[in-house]
Amino acid sequence: MSPQRLLDIEQAITTIVNSYGAKPQALIMVLQDIQKRYHYLPMDALKLAATKMNMPIAQIYGVATFYKAFSLTPKGRRHICVCTGTACHVRQAKVIVDNLELMLGIKARETTADGEISFETVNCLGTCAMGPLITVDDVYHGNMNVTKLGKILNELKGKTQSTDDPELSDE
Amino acid sequence: MSKKLQTTDDLQRLQASLITNQGLGKQTIIISGGTCGFARGSSELAAAFREELQQSNLGQEVEVKLTGCLGFCEREPIVMIMPQGLFYIEVKPADAKLIITQTIKGGQPVPKLLYRDPITKQSVQTMAQVPFYAKQKRLLFQHSDQIDPLEISDYIRVGGYKSLAKALLLAPTDLIELVRKSGLRGRGGGGFLTGKKWATCRRAHGEPKYVICNADEGDPGAFMDRALLEGNPHSVIEGMIIGAYAIGSDKGFVYVRNEYPLAVKVLVHAISEAREMGLIGDNILNSGFSFDIEVSRGGGAFVCGESTALMASLEGKIGEPRAKYIHTVEAGLWDKPSNLNNVETWANVPLIVEKGADWFASIGTENSKGTKIFALTGKVNNTGLIEVPMGITLREILYDIGGGVPRNKRFKAVQTGGPSGGTLIVETSEPRIRDSMVAHGVLAGDEEAVSLLDLPVDFDELTKAGSMMGSGGMIVMDQDSCMVDVAKYFINFLQEESCGKCLPCREGLRTMLDLITRICDGKGEMKDLDTLEELSQVMIDTCLCQLGGSAPNPVLSTLRYFRQEYLAHIKEHRCPAGVCKELVSHAIDETCTGCHLCLKPCPTEAITGKLRELHVIDQAKCIQCGACYQICKFDSIRRVKRGEGELIQQRAKEKWAPPLKKSAASAAA
Repeated sequence: MSPQRLLDIEQAITTIVNSYGAKPQALIMVLQDIQKRYHYLPMDALKLAATKMNMPIAQIYGVATFYKAFSLTPKGRRHICVCTGTACHVRQAKVIVDNLELMLGIKARETTADGEISFETVNCLGTCAMGPLITVDDVYHGNMNVTKLGKILNELKGKTQSTDDPELSDE
Repeated sequence: MSKKLQTTDDLQRLQASLITNQGLGKQTIIISGGTCGFARGSSELAAAFREELQQSNLGQEVEVKLTGCLGFCEREPIVMIMPQGLFYIEVKPADAKLIITQTIKGGQPVPKLLYRDPITKQSVQTMAQVPFYAKQKRLLFQHSDQIDPLEISDYIRVGGYKSLAKALLLAPTDLIELVRKSGLRGRGGGGFLTGKKWATCRRAHGEPKYVICNADEGDPGAFMDRALLEGNPHSVIEGMIIGAYAIGSDKGFVYVRNEYPLAVKVLVHAISEAREMGLIGDNILNSGFSFDIEVSRGGGAFVCGESTALMASLEGKIGEPRAKYIHTVEAGLWDKPSNLNNVETWANVPLIVEKGADWFASIGTENSKGTKIFALTGKVNNTGLIEVPMGITLREILYDIGGGVPRNKRFKAVQTGGPSGGTLIVETSEPRIRDSMVAHGVLAGDEEAVSLLDLPVDFDELTKAGSMMGSGGMIVMDQDSCMVDVAKYFINFLQEESCGKCLPCREGLRTMLDLITRICDGKGEMKDLDTLEELSQVMIDTCLCQLGGSAPNPVLSTLRYFRQEYLAHIKEHRCPAGVCKELVSHAIDETCTGCHLCLKPCPTEAITGKLRELHVIDQAKCIQCGACYQICKFDSIRRVKRGEGELIQQRAKEKWAPPLKKSAASAAA
């Protein structure tokens, strides 16, 4: 780790911890903010947070690994969430997950080898009317099917695909 | 607006002046926001309206208001034109100009944007005339079309915080008595009497006392709490302040899912506005009562919806439940008396204070009072958020409000109560299902097949039928849903979400998942069903918390109503709904129009066929991913028993005739 990055982490953690105060009940929100900044929880950041919050690192590690929202491994630059809530499930979200795995060549909660795209499944985003639903970098894409999914991935990869079928366009 | 309200009179004066200043008859364009609305382009729509108004020099005369969710998710974004009350659905930014010229300037409705009844083809003009709303009783959502959630003045104008002022004049014990008399029961799932809970917490020893709002809506398929927080956050806040006053607490927490970024944003904003107005803080409205609220974002663990786990998480710990020898109202958050209620429960409180216990108790059934918000989702035409009086029948919800199943498919089941709830059959006309119910003792042999469609929906009736109210998710399933797969889905969900603290839940669910997966793969044996039932009973008896204790419900309820489907998987190696991958083959039948739609999504290029000619799935290449089934608009893809695909396609080849050019083209469009 470069000294520059360490300094950056140091500054970031100080700001985050100070915004809530070094109290134990702020831990989860501190971790959320760290994750928001780095897209995962870097170990150095956790160690720093432990010092700043005057808490054993074991406790922080315990919390970080208990809650699903936290990741200790880096996520891709672009992040896809597939909603697998019940409403999406009965509208065949599994088809989307299976095909996404095929298209990206990775399983859920993994990142492509080039570090570009990662995807995970989430249990419900609460926008059931639009199911099956995915979000790409927090933008919602509803009424998903495999053709649309392919298009979104192609756009993500910077390619453009000719849309010769007008009826395949959105909604 | 930053002026602090010192007394109750200040509040009244403010409300009066807000009503006067509203300008009666002023035209307002209301756009439904909320997460769904924004995802479907509400903010672009609002921008388009504002720009058009600017260009027409109407920027001053006409107001654009972005409200919370209006419930009719299926047809978002919704636009309402006030004061006429015109109700437009699925409005696109491009329609803004038309609405302004035709409706705002010309005073005429835009027919193409009105709701049209799918059966009678008649269009209606106002919200109340839309069947989706007609059967609802919208009390919590009463003002949802008048409130910009980011403006506290909107809430005060429609009478907000009046209940707080009224409550502060009552003795706390009288207030608790009022809530007890109303019969309000917790809306989070447990259905515990709210007044009773408050009374116990007030009596509990220990200071300080805490009030907590449970907004960790983890049930998949439920989003009413999100909608309430996003659309009318002050009703929840007001409820919490009243509750805190009754209980004698000066500190409140809202534990809200981090997966709901908009709800968090709106709530934090609302709390700070309420604080600025002096409705939260020291000496509220000169009553001598002080109270503050803090927002805590959850870490995304389903188990944190359980009260003791939630409190552990609030303390910044791992969200594990504890045994409730001592209730949380006695010793909860930091071992202090803590009163936890769900978002919807809190939102009911101001209504009860305003209109009285008798009024509230007059709505609903004997033991379930008031209304309940349901998230009606799945295979139903009108997906949405509905508020109905307790005791309404499933039939009214599914057909009158929900508008039936899309694409003329057959209703099969309704799932309520989330992962801890159950799957209820709604149609028993199928003789085989009836037989299995008789065999399982649900029906006597001479009884007619019951139809649960006429089941009154309330706490007790749902429990009796083998499900539960839960937080209010209601997922409709049609013939395409395999009930074994649904049970597997929930058990898998619960298994992933089990905190792992107690053995019956941790290991029990894992074993259950193994058994059900085996059945889904066609490798199950009859004795597996007995094992499932036995295991379920052990879990019910021995799990530490309610989430574990109710975890077997999805299995038990599907075994009760859909045993036949389990048997088909085990004995015939057949998935009647065609969902379980290991047991199905995909095949194209003679209804294929040769539209080519299914070619592109097929990941293994297993589908071949020329345009406007019969397509064929190469059975050896097909991996049963279901992409073609999902996309076919003509229901030409069949999911049949594994190995029978070739036969279907053979038959299709013999029967197939080229479609008439025109009809195929128009149907495809």
